[in-house]
Amino acid sequence: MESILKDRQNQVLTKGIDSHELSCDKSSLAGSVSQRACVFCGSRVVLYPIADALHLVHGPIGCAAYTWDIRGALSSGPQIHRLSFSTDIKEEQVVFGGEKTLKKALIELIDAYNPKAAFVYSTCIVDLIGDDVESVCKSVTKTTGVEVITVQAPGFAGTKKDGYKVACDALMKLVGSKGTNETIPNSINIIGDFNLAGELYLLRDYYEKMGVHIVATITGDGRVDDIRQAHKAALNIVQCSGSMSNLAVQMEKKYQIPNMRVSYFGIEDMSDALYGVARFFDNKDMMDKAIELVKTEVSDLLPKLEFYKKALKGKKAAIYVGGAFKAISLIKALRMIGVKTVVVGSQTGNKEDYLTMKNLSDEGTILVDDTNPLELTQLVKRTNADILIGGVKERPIAYKLGLGFCDHNHERKLALAGYEGMLNFAKEIYGTAMSPVFQFTKNK
Amino acid sequence: MLLRHTTKDIKEREALAINPAKTCQPVGAMYAALGIHGCLPHSHGSQGCCSYHRSALTRHYKEPIMAATSSFTEGSSVFGGQANLLQAIDNIFTIYEPDVIAVHSTCLSETIGDDLTQIVEKARDGGKIPEGKHVIFCNTPSYVGSHVTGYSNMVSGMVQLLSESTGVKNDKINLISGWVEPSDMREVKRIANLMDAKFTLFPDTSDVVDAPQTGSYTMYPKGGTKVPDLIASGDNKATLAFGEWATKDAAIKLENKCKVPFEVTELPIGVRATDRFIMKLSKLAEVAIPDAITTERGRLVDMITDMQQYLHGKRVALWGDPDQLIPMVEFLLDLNMKPVYIVSGTPGKKMHQKLEEMLLPVVPEAKFKNGIGADMYLMHQWIKNEGVDLLIGNTYGKYISRDENTPFLRMGFPILDRVGHSYFPTVGYMGGLRILEKILGLIMDKQDAESTESEFELVM
Repeated sequence: MESILKDRQNQVLTKGIDSHELSCDKSSLAGSVSQRACVFCGSRVVLYPIADALHLVHGPIGCAAYTWDIRGALSSGPQIHRLSFSTDIKEEQVVFGGEKTLKKALIELIDAYNPKAAFVYSTCIVDLIGDDVESVCKSVTKTTGVEVITVQAPGFAGTKKDGYKVACDALMKLVGSKGTNETIPNSINIIGDFNLAGELYLLRDYYEKMGVHIVATITGDGRVDDIRQAHKAALNIVQCSGSMSNLAVQMEKKYQIPNMRVSYFGIEDMSDALYGVARFFDNKDMMDKAIELVKTEVSDLLPKLEFYKKALKGKKAAIYVGGAFKAISLIKALRMIGVKTVVVGSQTGNKEDYLTMKNLSDEGTILVDDTNPLELTQLVKRTNADILIGGVKERPIAYKLGLGFCDHNHERKLALAGYEGMLNFAKEIYGTAMSPVFQFTKNK
Repeated sequence: MLLRHTTKDIKEREALAINPAKTCQPVGAMYAALGIHGCLPHSHGSQGCCSYHRSALTRHYKEPIMAATSSFTEGSSVFGGQANLLQAIDNIFTIYEPDVIAVHSTCLSETIGDDLTQIVEKARDGGKIPEGKHVIFCNTPSYVGSHVTGYSNMVSGMVQLLSESTGVKNDKINLISGWVEPSDMREVKRIANLMDAKFTLFPDTSDVVDAPQTGSYTMYPKGGTKVPDLIASGDNKATLAFGEWATKDAAIKLENKCKVPFEVTELPIGVRATDRFIMKLSKLAEVAIPDAITTERGRLVDMITDMQQYLHGKRVALWGDPDQLIPMVEFLLDLNMKPVYIVSGTPGKKMHQKLEEMLLPVVPEAKFKNGIGADMYLMHQWIKNEGVDLLIGNTYGKYISRDENTPFLRMGFPILDRVGHSYFPTVGYMGGLRILEKILGLIMDKQDAESTESEFELVM
């Protein structure tokens, strides 16, 4: 296929045809129209849902402007995270340094907003001009009494994935800073859900019905004081492994909190996420409640899904999302509603993820790492997909091709997690796959 | 109350921006470059920048926005990005086959001191730029100016690196488009064609970022100014540039390089700015003003006359870019409305001067600020001190609109939550009609929604 860059050939494979392992964890080629972002972006998306913290971007205006309230991470209380704060650095600071500006900005903001903590994101240029951000943060912490945490996130220092790690390091500075070391029985932290479209409210409800105590949600609907006490939880359950499994690993090392990888997407994975917790606590009452909950939810959901499954039978989907774990859940969930996955890829998957994807996929399914629009277009055409599942940059390409589209990224408008989410997902796929608008396009 | 923390108490801020009324240069350069046919914009920096700009433009236009990146790494930030850009140019021409690559820098590549002129020269010497293809570039340090500066720099880059003079003038004129929507560019072309003017409009994003749904995807849609036309712009007899901030620099550079005389006119928003545009177009292109244009003007004036009682004295707050704000303020004054608060994150003393000239005599209570400290937080503080009847600006006004229960007309960049701006112009007399229709709709909807039963009127 002519439009796969030569150097990218190992980053694409067809199950049942190609024998090579899928190459991943590579940086994007210079000159490719990559869909990937930078370290700053990775750190910002992970930390920003902490709603009672101040998020100050230290750099030129763009980094703050482009990340201003774009991800729909809901908060049930404070909304400070939805504002945009920037030191807005100019030539003067580039030449003479930006430390003074940063200090002043921090003090003014803390005075005005009285946040529970502050994160300072250090961007490309700040790293280059050599501002000692750490020492400014320390001194402001001292004078104001509000903890100011440095997020070392120069964009060029890797990919979005490296930014996740930076965010986890920043979070580790909060974890364990409040309360005793006593573990709360039957308690968990929910890690790696960002409360898009209020999904966390559903999860919280499920776990509370089972009698599980939730210490902190990190970072969706996040609060600084909860995260400070997160070390008191007995178990970490981690979704979206790409972004936050590192935090769980660090917490396990430091506080001996075991962790469990889960997905809340699709009936099977959602139920496993509930049973897994009950099994971990070895608690019969909890398990009975989980069984009861799943039974109620599933018996309500399955008949409703039947209609969609019939209607969608034989439809084909292409998946291109950020995290690989999400892609894996999507293959299963699509299968549940009669849709076959013909292309599956991610921006940040690792070897293990792609192996899981490959095992789960049908023969002939194409796996792809860090693709670009031209390549994706070719793959979609070649496989005759009906629907594309992706993020903001993929949506218009799908529509131009006359394909249905579902945003499974931060621009989702309906909760897609949990049982309710599965029904929403089926409705959304049905709505777009069957949309009458596509009758008007000639080449379809 | 999403903005519950905004206080009435206004303090002078030196550097800190809260809810900015601008963004950085590169996105402007990327947008301008999309107005060249067959052009792939290229961001010379970390891949996050490119991704953000593409996402911002995609959200605004609901269109695929293509651009490549040099994908800087730790190594490039130490040793410079030359190797990345050379490899990128090679890869892009091999795989994506554009006619033009339009490179813009970022704060990162600027600060490490990459010399784009020298790198592109090296690419040319190394045979990496195929025959008949072009690489243009401009410097867009994010810590200088705003997104408008970036647009201006890329338009200047087009002139400096493409325009040529053969020594023989032809009878076309150049129309240099300011940062407006594809609908506006289409409208300028319609008017110029109606007047039988011969012209080249650049950049021209119509038929690029408002492409039709056909069931197939083309990386380079049919629109955009063609490269031969850009090259020939040096032979055109005159230039009319729309907007001091976005296009004057390019007009000056074209005059210096190819001896093409120019005039600058404001973006034709409202009656008088459109009058000036039409007059200048008529003069420079040496064409008469047809009745059709005069009639359009008459319709706009007619609607203003008919609806004046709903407009008189209404207080308006607006934000955005200077090239839009200046004619918009003039238009609001002609509508007998009161533009009381104006902010723009884009610096430039001229904006302050112009607004002072226009507003002091008629709306002495008006507050306006641009550059440092002019952001949406300041705007909200002003409004908290004394409210307004209407907000006009980009999407970021929606928090204020909700908290203060004030009608809100979306205009400018970005608009992330409504559609229409790609298709319906705000320039020209027809654009004036659309602005007016929208303003009236908002004001009257609020009156209908909030009037008591006895005050509720059928006929308005």
